[in-house]
Amino acid sequence: MSAAAPPGLRDWLLTDAPASRRQAAWGRRYRLWRDFRRNPLAMAGFLVVVALIALSLAAPLLATHDPGQQELTNRLAASSAAHWLGTDELGRDVYSRLLYGGRITLGMVVAVVGLVAPLGLTVGCIAGYFGGAADRILMRVTDVFLAFPRLILALAFVAAIRPGVTSAIAAIALTAWPPYARLARAETLTIRNTDFIAAARLTGATPWRIILRHVAPLCTPSLVVRVTLDMSSIILTAASLGFLGMGAQPPSPEWGAMIATARRFILTQWWIPLIPGIAIFIASLAFNLLGDGLRDVLDPKQR
Amino acid sequence: MTSRLRALAAAAASVPITLFGLVLVTFLIGRVMPIDPVIAIVGDHAQPEIIAAVRAELGLDRSLPVQFVIYVNKLLHGDLGRSVMTSHTVVEDIRQFFPATLELATAAILIAVLLGVPIGVLAAVRQGSRIDHAIRVVCLAGHSVPIFLLALLALLVFYALLGWAPGTGRIDVAYDGLVPPVTGLLTIDALIAGDWDVLTDALAHLVLPAGVLAYFSMAYIARMTRAFMLDALAGEYIITARAKGLSAARVIWRHAFGNIAVRLITVLALVYAGLLEGAVVTETVFAWPGLGQYLTVSLLNADMNAVLGATLVVGVTYLAFNLLADFLYRLLDPRVT
Amino acid sequence: MLVHIQNLRIAFPSPHGISEAVRGVSMTIGTEKLGIVGESGSGKSLTARSILKLLPGNAHVTADRLSFDGIDVLTANEAAMRAIRGKRAGLILQDPKFSLNPVMTAGQQIAEAWRAHRTGSQREAMQAAEDLLAQVRITDPRRVAGAYPHELSGGMGQRVMIAMMLAPDPELLIADEPTSALDATVQAEILRLLEDLVSRRGMALILISHDLPLVAHFCDRVAVMYAGRVVEELPAADLSHARHGYTRGLLDCLPTLSTAKPRLKVMARNPSWLA
Repeated sequence: MSAAAPPGLRDWLLTDAPASRRQAAWGRRYRLWRDFRRNPLAMAGFLVVVALIALSLAAPLLATHDPGQQELTNRLAASSAAHWLGTDELGRDVYSRLLYGGRITLGMVVAVVGLVAPLGLTVGCIAGYFGGAADRILMRVTDVFLAFPRLILALAFVAAIRPGVTSAIAAIALTAWPPYARLARAETLTIRNTDFIAAARLTGATPWRIILRHVAPLCTPSLVVRVTLDMSSIILTAASLGFLGMGAQPPSPEWGAMIATARRFILTQWWIPLIPGIAIFIASLAFNLLGDGLRDVLDPKQR
Repeated sequence: MTSRLRALAAAAASVPITLFGLVLVTFLIGRVMPIDPVIAIVGDHAQPEIIAAVRAELGLDRSLPVQFVIYVNKLLHGDLGRSVMTSHTVVEDIRQFFPATLELATAAILIAVLLGVPIGVLAAVRQGSRIDHAIRVVCLAGHSVPIFLLALLALLVFYALLGWAPGTGRIDVAYDGLVPPVTGLLTIDALIAGDWDVLTDALAHLVLPAGVLAYFSMAYIARMTRAFMLDALAGEYIITARAKGLSAARVIWRHAFGNIAVRLITVLALVYAGLLEGAVVTETVFAWPGLGQYLTVSLLNADMNAVLGATLVVGVTYLAFNLLADFLYRLLDPRVT
Repeated sequence: MLVHIQNLRIAFPSPHGISEAVRGVSMTIGTEKLGIVGESGSGKSLTARSILKLLPGNAHVTADRLSFDGIDVLTANEAAMRAIRGKRAGLILQDPKFSLNPVMTAGQQIAEAWRAHRTGSQREAMQAAEDLLAQVRITDPRRVAGAYPHELSGGMGQRVMIAMMLAPDPELLIADEPTSALDATVQAEILRLLEDLVSRRGMALILISHDLPLVAHFCDRVAVMYAGRVVEELPAADLSHARHGYTRGLLDCLPTLSTAKPRLKVMARNPSWLA
């Protein structure tokens, strides 16, 4: 991914006079990619995120042990040839648990974002484009959900349903969507009165088509930046839920839950709670760096 | 005077509806439970008449809208139900635990502001330098570390390894209950009573949890201060100020910082409210007897009255701080008419 | 008081290398009114601001000589520059909407300029501010002194700027497009005010503008800049005898009511001017 495009392709992408819409679009994407590549921290974040995804997907292949397999005779062991990161309080391999825990964490993040971003975008675009009563009502609804601190509402919600990964995802999604609606609405408001939207209306396009084909795509860049930055805080919230026993339940190897169950060993076998903690930190940091880099490239004004 | 009232009115205009929504959401969460609360109280094998009686007493035989009205009615009378766990009313519990969280949050934000604002200003003034990068890294780390990890590490390093800080809890058992509770804030109460021993012990216990909480807010405050300052320093009026021959300090603080102070205050109000969220986890790790710990313990015990009551209180507090931030912004910025 | 600029070069780093915005500018300014004319990007603002060392932090400045009354600006430290800025030379910017501090009243800003280079109480400073506002022909000095910049019109804002820069009684005033953001009628008033104040106080004036006839009217000498270089320098009275192609092009493009022209001319740029 760090090799430059071959000369012929590069010229085609960077030409000042693109022949087709697709060429212009790809040229733009390539330019954004080149700008992004110049930022070392952002590239670092990007590579780490890709690595995380790869490791999570390949967990069954890379794990040395079954994450749930207990070896009670070999509890709290330090790092060794057999167990690269040692074993936890039930003799389970920390390394394998870490890999599978990554799957859970990333899976939760993807699920939340998959729910929240389309919902927020839709609500925001509708509120911004139609204005009036729809706008007021929808904004009131976002106000209500913004009135709760994210973790608190998630906790209450999870407590009411039943602790677990699906409830955690739903709970986090419940509190995560309002900022996206706000963002989409703000962008829509600036676009709504432009000439090209008026032109689209004059050609007889229905409001839904205008929103779908014209407005929503223009909101996407800042939404993408926001989503990426938010992923880091979603990871932290999910881990906090796990730590408080409200997210993934033991014996699931979710990183937050791993820290909670190993908490009492912080003074002696410090690596057992610390290693998943470092994993959370690295994941969150990577998304932050990536998001910052994306923002510098896609929306420099937001800096 | 009227401008102040106008500002308050404008800020408060949207509050009632949001408040209503808050109460509604809390109520709905309470009714989402898959477990039948009646069975939870009387058990599986109770007689049908008892089940019916308890159901009627809890108002669960009415329709949902009627239940909501009953709920709101109770709220207006200050009735948040009774905690199964502590067997006090939830209102009593909250009155007992909330001040501890307030004390923690206030201490945290004081530290965060005293450190974060100058750091943010420094990073902006020295943009691009090594100090700026170092500060940005520290802030980014603050954004990315899970609070509970930092809390555990703080305990490990400063309590277990170095022995600098006392252990968990708010105060040593020996000093507990010695000082009459006036405000509920141990440090202030000790100060009022003039009891230096209690004061020092309370402060010693406060340092670590407040420090951990402060680190996160500090990271955010420094980042926002830096962003605002960069914005302000790019303004043409900064060139004018420099052209007047003013000292660098005056240009930075009176001109640039003076322009962002209002925005920063509103950010601080929101940060303070956000500390309530961080307090939940911090209190759990440090066994700090505040609202956060009350919430998590109630969660583990499935004490829904307590959970919902605490959630509602936190939500209302958050709303109040948002209102304060909005109000301050309208009041202090001369550009807002 | 004399400003010497010799072979001034100002460059900025960019993602594609270093780009030079000012490429070897030389001029001398005495106690006179010099006008610097050029289009956007010609480097005129940068040249003037370099005298006060008020360039953006990433600017690379080199010159054989850059001095203000014998003081070497290139090597001067901030403390030395602060003794020049405000006290001996002032700077007026284009748009008071942006160049005045939005959260300080006009009176406070003028008083601050007054107090920066004198000893005096805040009250004396505010009184001096009101006097200065009267000098710049504001009819209600007290009201304007207590007003915030967003409550003032463009013309009033520029008068406040002028008052602010004149408060420390400097020897040189640099006016960077002082009327470009104003209506035509107000433009003439502000320039006449500037001319009046500058003559009465015996100050030097550097007037930067893109408006050639305006500069020719109000200044003694005119320097024409293009693409970072001074292409022509001549007394204002001799402007119609200008020889460089660019200056002639500018003069030819001016619409005029006195001679009939079938078609308005458009500037034809000669690449040799960039060399």
